[in-house]
Amino acid sequence: MRTFLRRQRYLIDYSLSALARRPGKHLGLLLVYTLIVFLLASVLLFTQSLRREAALVLAESPEVILQRLVAGRHDLMPLEYLDRIGRIRGVRETYGRLWGYFYDPAARANYTLMVPRGLDIPPGEIRIGFGIARARGLDVGDYLSLRSARGEPFSFRISALLSHETELVSSDLMLLAEPDFRRFFAIPEDRVTDFVLAVSNPREVRKVAEKLSLALPDTRPILREEILRTYDALFGWRQGLVLVLLAGAVLAFVIFAWDRASGLSGEERREIGILKSLGWETGDVLRMKFWEGAILSLTAFFLGYLLAYLQVFHLSAFLFDPVLKGWAVLYPDFRPVPYVDGLQVATLFFFTVFPYTVATIVPIWRAAVTDPDAVMR
Amino acid sequence: MRKSDRFLSGIALASALLLLARLDADRGSRAADKSIAARARLVAELDLTDLALFTEARYTRHPSQADRHSAFQDHPLALDHFPTGSLVPAPGRDQGRP
Repeated sequence: MRTFLRRQRYLIDYSLSALARRPGKHLGLLLVYTLIVFLLASVLLFTQSLRREAALVLAESPEVILQRLVAGRHDLMPLEYLDRIGRIRGVRETYGRLWGYFYDPAARANYTLMVPRGLDIPPGEIRIGFGIARARGLDVGDYLSLRSARGEPFSFRISALLSHETELVSSDLMLLAEPDFRRFFAIPEDRVTDFVLAVSNPREVRKVAEKLSLALPDTRPILREEILRTYDALFGWRQGLVLVLLAGAVLAFVIFAWDRASGLSGEERREIGILKSLGWETGDVLRMKFWEGAILSLTAFFLGYLLAYLQVFHLSAFLFDPVLKGWAVLYPDFRPVPYVDGLQVATLFFFTVFPYTVATIVPIWRAAVTDPDAVMR
Repeated sequence: MRKSDRFLSGIALASALLLLARLDADRGSRAADKSIAARARLVAELDLTDLALFTEARYTRHPSQADRHSAFQDHPLALDHFPTGSLVPAPGRDQGRP
């Protein structure tokens, strides 16, 4: 065992010296490799953090939401539907939600206006999220003037700002009183945006949804589990954000590994020939080249992963800002909650270190099994 | 110091940093419990359904509430023109909307 370990250390010594003989080429290689690992790890860490956050936070979202569709588009829900839902067994509570969007030309941003059920907001007053306050430079006590659906000017006094730590769900929210909301959007008294349903037995939710679809064919139930699944898919491995960045990075990596595997330079062939004529066995040459690949890929993995961790969790993922913000003006100011999944780190390790190391060994094996004289020529 | 010793020490240091990152993540996660609970409370209080991450279009602001064809919301051949559309995929079949 000791002999084996000593041998490996000599091989590492030799491999490091061999790498140092062509510093430009290998440093370039290391840089590209580290960048690929950094990009992949950043996306994985960031999406995993958001995915977990969405799962924890949205676990409190309504059990069932019932929307009305007219000609394939959302429409306001008549309150008379409440009576028809009331007859469905298993439904514990039903109430209407009033919410909608408003495009504010002054900030060039979309706000989500909502009537809170549990909070008592006096008419003429509003509570706003931090995103709106930032975009319009507002604070408590200031007035926000908006033009309603009928073109009338409305002036709301800001009574409070929603807590900064809830920005991820409240950045663009504007909470107002029901009479204000109805007047602002000209919504009749007998209409709401959608219904929220609470079901007595959680195991009956799907059954209740089926009954709702039959009783009210022009509606669409959205279950909490679907909301959670939507976010799981949104930040999942194979979809959305990950796919966009992963596709480019993986393609670059494949080209990179293929280039490496496709052949050896004349200098490398000569080196193998000399080593073999000096008495090195094929196994030794392979081990030495394995260490060369392993040194590069391990260094790239550790550097890339650690830098990605620092960027995502300690520098607020600043590199993703332009990608995530898109054209959104009201982007929430939040720091991803650190979360590291051991399996994910292992997967990343396997897919970045293993293929490269193997790709470097194959052409070496082909050269190493041939006669040293032929290789040197 | 031999080159191999330097390399192996570097790998050992990097492994320790990896472990430290894991511990740091656990600590950060515990520290964020309070703010996550505050967000969850607001979601329950206001019956919220989505994260306010992408606010430029209604189907990216509320992906869970949007209909299947919302990317083509203006007419059937209208392609998605918001950059976020490349990050927020259309709801798939497996999402099992009734």
